[in-house]
Amino acid sequence: MPKFPAALIPPPLRKPAKPGDGNGADPLEKLKDAPVDLVGWVDERTGATPFLTGMLFRHVPKGTNWFYTLGSGTLFAFVVQAITGVFLAMYYTPSPVEAYASITHLTNDVFLGEFVRGMHKWGATVMIILIFLHMGRTFFFGAYKYPRELNWVIGVILVVLTLVMGLTGYLLPFDQRSYWATIVAMNINGTGPIVGPYLADFLRAGAEFESTTLSRFYALHMLLVPGAIIAMIGAHLYLVVKLGTTAPPWIRAETKPKSLRTEKV
Amino acid sequence: MILATSADTPKGPDSGNGPDLKPKPAGYYEGESMTRRNAFIIGGQALGGLAGAAVMLPVVGFAVAPILETPKEVWSPVGNLSDFDDESYTAVVKTERSGIGEAGKTTVYVRQGIEDLGEDPQGYVAISTRCVHLGCPVRYFEAARTFICPCHGGVYDFEGKVIGGPPVRPLDRFQTRVANGKVEVGPRFSVTSDLEPVRARDPGEFTGGIWEYLYPPRPSTPSAP
Repeated sequence: MPKFPAALIPPPLRKPAKPGDGNGADPLEKLKDAPVDLVGWVDERTGATPFLTGMLFRHVPKGTNWFYTLGSGTLFAFVVQAITGVFLAMYYTPSPVEAYASITHLTNDVFLGEFVRGMHKWGATVMIILIFLHMGRTFFFGAYKYPRELNWVIGVILVVLTLVMGLTGYLLPFDQRSYWATIVAMNINGTGPIVGPYLADFLRAGAEFESTTLSRFYALHMLLVPGAIIAMIGAHLYLVVKLGTTAPPWIRAETKPKSLRTEKV
Repeated sequence: MILATSADTPKGPDSGNGPDLKPKPAGYYEGESMTRRNAFIIGGQALGGLAGAAVMLPVVGFAVAPILETPKEVWSPVGNLSDFDDESYTAVVKTERSGIGEAGKTTVYVRQGIEDLGEDPQGYVAISTRCVHLGCPVRYFEAARTFICPCHGGVYDFEGKVIGGPPVRPLDRFQTRVANGKVEVGPRFSVTSDLEPVRARDPGEFTGGIWEYLYPPRPSTPSAP
């Protein structure tokens, strides 16, 4: 069985050096081994070692640089949004009459409420910026080419879902700006011929801005779209690990003259 | 050039007329059209699909249902007959959706009918403040006798016809009537560029001619007066 990589185990959990004196049956020595045994116990039953070594210790091409961290940055921004969002939901009321009051209460009265809401608000902007920088990196490094086309497609779906998060989240503070911006956005959806009016109706949950429009946006914003984003991120990361990353375009493959073949036409 | 065809390939022991040496799968009977295994695969998937549909159909219907509901026709009194004249508009507040506070209210501009414009002088005209570009609230400016939208610069004349900016049709109107000595405002309707009434449309949607088919009104919309 492959050994669990030592670098993954924090120092307190690492197997202590062989004592030399003592027979290992001493209760104190057994206690020292307990954390290591626990990790081993889990590892033996999950077979996590090959998976974790494959994912975390995979080879990356020569020339890998800081631009390759933009995807992780976007993921971190998403995790920040998810965590702060969960805690904002504890104080928010998705009712047209009470939403604005609950937001002002959250911002002004709740301990650190302004800070948590600020992280969510500015984090949204950061995530949009990072996801487009990541997209630009992929495009300009040619990392969307064979065999990674499908990962580009998944990434584009993630961009659209992120923008949907921006749209649905914008309404939730329910002040004048978010109300009228959402009216405009829903009516833009309605201008598509034939399907447009039905799409706008679905978003509004009816013909006008209805009593359920806000709760519909809230459900989309905190349940449906985040769930889809998490699923898509899973597929995205699976393909990244499976296919590996590309070298930057300025790194040339080493060509040995011997291996070159002359084509006879 | 010679193309290999199936006739050229040598026949294996199982592919020709020779005796089939493979053992028959469990449950095999002569002349079966599907193996037992395939029948169970298809049956299992059908059951799974049925269970999925039993959950998804009600849920989707639940989310879509409000679109098909016909809202009750509400007539709200907005003022006495003497409150309105045919010189200018008077702004009144109409509640379009109750129970959602300010978000359910809208401003309506009401005036008496003007004979020179082909309107009934005994009747009343109620113009919606919802800009037909993308739904921002327009405001009536008496000095210029125009409606102006703050968002993208839509401008409408005294009758609500477009005279500038991006709007695609004249301002919507509301049906009006006089009951118990009060002016009442009823359901919304849209108009074509000739002010012909049609069923209510959302902002940004053209009216009249072929556009009536490209932007179908929702089934629950009341018919135009």
